[in-house]
Amino acid sequence: MNQFQYVRATETSGAVKSLAKDPAAHFLAGGTNLIDLMKMGIVVPERLVDINQLPLKKIENIPGGLRIGALATNTEVAEHPLVKKNFPLLALAINAGASPQLRNMATVGGNMMQRTRCPYFFDTMMPCNKRKPGSGCGALEGYNRMHAIFGASDNCIAVNPSDMNVALTALDASVHITGTKGARKIKFADFHRLPGDNPELDNTLQKGELITAVELPSSPFTKNIEYLKVRDRTSFAFALVSAAVALHIENNIIIHASVAMGGVSHKPWRLKTTETFLKGKTANETVFKQAAAIAMEGAKAYEHNKFKLKLAPNTLIQALKTAAGVSS
Amino acid sequence: MASKKPCTAPDTENNLAETRRDFLKQSSLLTAIALTPAAVIKAAGAHWDEKFAGVFEKISLHLEVNGVKHNFQVEPRVTLLDLLREELHLTGTKKGCDRGQCGACTVHVNGTRINSCLSLAVTNEGKKITTIEGLADGKTLHPMQEAFIKHDGFQCGYCTSGQIMSAVALVKEGHANSETEIREFMSGNICRCGAYPNIVNAIKEVKEGGHS
Repeated sequence: MNQFQYVRATETSGAVKSLAKDPAAHFLAGGTNLIDLMKMGIVVPERLVDINQLPLKKIENIPGGLRIGALATNTEVAEHPLVKKNFPLLALAINAGASPQLRNMATVGGNMMQRTRCPYFFDTMMPCNKRKPGSGCGALEGYNRMHAIFGASDNCIAVNPSDMNVALTALDASVHITGTKGARKIKFADFHRLPGDNPELDNTLQKGELITAVELPSSPFTKNIEYLKVRDRTSFAFALVSAAVALHIENNIIIHASVAMGGVSHKPWRLKTTETFLKGKTANETVFKQAAAIAMEGAKAYEHNKFKLKLAPNTLIQALKTAAGVSS
Repeated sequence: MASKKPCTAPDTENNLAETRRDFLKQSSLLTAIALTPAAVIKAAGAHWDEKFAGVFEKISLHLEVNGVKHNFQVEPRVTLLDLLREELHLTGTKKGCDRGQCGACTVHVNGTRINSCLSLAVTNEGKKITTIEGLADGKTLHPMQEAFIKHDGFQCGYCTSGQIMSAVALVKEGHANSETEIREFMSGNICRCGAYPNIVNAIKEVKEGGHS
């Protein structure tokens, strides 16, 4: 690992200032992604600003919802009574990701900042526009089995690896951010971005800005929910495809639906058109198959991930059925 | 030392750091370039003296490891795993993948299981670390250690300390209620020999025996 200067921040404003004045500095939270990337020589910071002492760990009810501090660990969130009771989809998604040890270390803010697991991003001998802008995309014509089917560009076909992000998108979360120019709040759906011509940017965070909290609006989705993750082994592997489904059903009629997919795009992939279609429909397999067909509109596969064109709708149908309690 | 071996490098990291820092502070930028990493070159170029020095700085660290308090002077890039193995010679904690994928390095920090390979030692200031060496009570093995022996929960043994540390935490966490749950919550510990069925049996026995 490269040598770097280590600074321990004790207050949020100090942390932000410390980062803003140094273009080669990084925040360090749980470290599960950053330390790995540093060992691989993919990220080479000159200064690490350790933010673990900042008072950003609290998980609490607020008027109209729940506020989760950015430094709450994945385990703390998934095991929290308020999360388990009112936002079980989030707990399911978090527990579908990583391993218990990693979830004990990884924070909510860090999970949001998690880099792609594209092997061309990780192999410094390979071209990668995300790691080295302008060097090309090794995956485009390479072994692209794990890659995107929605919203990719010729510059990057990598996917966002997080399970938590898929649930937070479906649950209409918002993100609190603070920087030297003050604090702002954005929709979670606007936090991550598509690669376009700048795949080096995973998200819309500006240099020096710090995620301080995630906010979840009160949700009717406590019963008919499912997070279904399909992967190469039954646990501790990144998603080939995942689906987060939250339904509000009364008398077998879908009052409201919230649906997102993971493993398919550069950002957690919210399916608004599918949700509109589902609203007011009867919860049954025929409707869910139609919904999945709508969800797949615009999908584009590459040489090795064509299977995702089948796997994605099938995963979505199964998740919808499980959430609705519709038997196969 | 210097008079006997004038050509050898200083014998401790501290000496080395001091020598380098003093040298860099006194030397011209051009000389420094040949000897130092990019960070220092850039820092020197920008006349950031405090940072220039900081790159080689060691940080003081206080840890309680298996009930014993220790003070260290440690480079910020040293992981908790390397500190345990290289400084304290607690080599029961294994380095497998060194990337958080295998679980061989699992230790407890303030009672919580983590991958020590992905934790910088300096981020654990003031914390209590338990390694496999700290599980037994004197000569009495921890019930999980006994159960692993009884159920033959290993072959080569390389993953075993990580498996046991994870298993002890798992029972405390309350996620050992079924075979499926045990398998899911032990997924961060890989065993290439495939001793999984016996590991699951060992954990079930401890769980059912009411030990933790």
